[in-house]
Amino acid sequence: MISKESVAHVAELARLSFSEAELQQYTAQMDDILTMVEKLEAVDTTGVEPTTQSIHLQNVMRADKAVNDTNTEELFKNVPTHKGTLIQVPAIIDKEED
Amino acid sequence: MDYFKLDIDQLHSALVSGELTAADLTAQTLAGIRTVDPEIEAFLALNPEAEKTAGARDAQGIDANQALSGIPVAIKDNIVTKGLTTTAASKMLANFVPIYDATVVEKLAAAGAINVGKLNMDEFAMGSSTENSAFKVTKNAWDHRRVPGGSSGGSAAAVASGQVLVALGTDTGGSIRQPAAFNGIVGVKPTYGRVSRWGLIAFGSSLDAIGTLSRSVKDSAHVLNVIAGHDDKDATSADQPVPDFTAKIGQSIKGMKIALPEEYLGEGVDPQIAAAIRAAAEQFRALGATVDTVSLPHTKYAVPAYYIIASSEASSNLQRFDGIRYGFRAKDVQNLTDVYVRSRSEGFGPEVKRRIMLGTFSLSAGFYDAYFKKAAQVRTLITDDFNQIFADYDLIMGPTTPTVAFKIGEKVTDPLTMYMNDILTIPVNLAGLPAASIPAGFVDGMPVGLQLIAKHFDEATIYQAADAFEGQNDYLDQIPGGAR
Repeated sequence: MISKESVAHVAELARLSFSEAELQQYTAQMDDILTMVEKLEAVDTTGVEPTTQSIHLQNVMRADKAVNDTNTEELFKNVPTHKGTLIQVPAIIDKEED
Repeated sequence: MDYFKLDIDQLHSALVSGELTAADLTAQTLAGIRTVDPEIEAFLALNPEAEKTAGARDAQGIDANQALSGIPVAIKDNIVTKGLTTTAASKMLANFVPIYDATVVEKLAAAGAINVGKLNMDEFAMGSSTENSAFKVTKNAWDHRRVPGGSSGGSAAAVASGQVLVALGTDTGGSIRQPAAFNGIVGVKPTYGRVSRWGLIAFGSSLDAIGTLSRSVKDSAHVLNVIAGHDDKDATSADQPVPDFTAKIGQSIKGMKIALPEEYLGEGVDPQIAAAIRAAAEQFRALGATVDTVSLPHTKYAVPAYYIIASSEASSNLQRFDGIRYGFRAKDVQNLTDVYVRSRSEGFGPEVKRRIMLGTFSLSAGFYDAYFKKAAQVRTLITDDFNQIFADYDLIMGPTTPTVAFKIGEKVTDPLTMYMNDILTIPVNLAGLPAASIPAGFVDGMPVGLQLIAKHFDEATIYQAADAFEGQNDYLDQIPGGAR
């Protein structure tokens, strides 16, 4: 049984915030999902290699050659706020964190 | 333009002979979309440049050796299109205008295909009903009260309702095949790495595949011919020769060895769907193939393994959405942490957050071995099951989905029930195999999908068998009624 505190901790790691009601709901749903996932415990995986990709690729290399195919001006079209080629963000340290 | 009566070969002949121009075809296609889509709601955006591009194609000349030259196509909205809004059906990317084309989009354009618009989906491709879209609820072409499936629900509904002949979709756990099955059309998920993922908004990087949705089998092969192949921009794209996927279409399947796993007709599968699949097996036998019952014993572990692996990869991939460089940024934020937390919490929908949470948990200190590593080991066992069967068989067949399309709103509040809907499609993604869903009849007036799975890089055999099956049936002549 996953606790509400654990779910809140995971939310912090994931940079998400939930209201109290959402946290209750996510805790219940995560608990259901983790109970389903715990079925995997029944499988004997002693000595079984994990699979992280399926078509047996190994160490794909390419030439270490600089390419510059992204236009900076275009790149900034999707930036919420910027000054020239600098991205504007809110103050990193606020008063409460002093 | 009546796409219920035409295929790419016929349109290609008309375009080459000059009987039809690409500009006319595109204009008629857009007119069709404007008539049909207000009810279906498959499109998120139409391409304002489509008619101009088609006119330029006419001026340049239709390429007689390129089946897609001048043919309108539509594209799932998690595939980036330069200058045309690409949202992945998320509030996070509601105003995102890509500055480059995905490799598949570039390849379609180079072949002369005309992109007419972008298609609705579950947000970031997470879901099985397209109800997780931040923007609209797409309807099943056969019954507008039902879901089109997902996550490529917009692609499937657009094709099934006759708005376009072909559309691109993506498949991480069944997201092409399940909506294809629900809408009575052909959906093909190629081998992992067969098609470049460059420009695909990543969900589960070891599982994601771009593929096709179409009415006919051969139309799918035409599109895969164009989009397949190695790409320097995607290190995981496979450096494998690309055959002509139409080459084996029309060839007899006499002597083909087909396996039917008993687990695919077991518990949870609607008995009427199981009966339709057994009837399909009889048709394959009548065509000269053998069909034997086999076992894939780890099938029942595929859903839990998948939700750990796909969610873990998603939690990592979606870290990039931080409100800084592009995408949604929350208003009135006080500090940098606030930008991250509030932009993500307000920009992502509930299912995306659920997957990020599950993935973050599975990868976190103290849980990694019991969850992520365990799931990756079970993935090996699921792959080994397939390898054993493919030592003796050319294809595996089974249903695509345990049930026909469900009602809108029926499952969306219960994530676990929704996840179990993918039980028959997920094993294929874990093993990286190519697979298709093709129409195989109806249950209670709703389409049933037959799934065909082949060895790595053997899509051609899927097309051969799928075309033979299509030729035995008249599903292509059946036109969805929709509004009931």
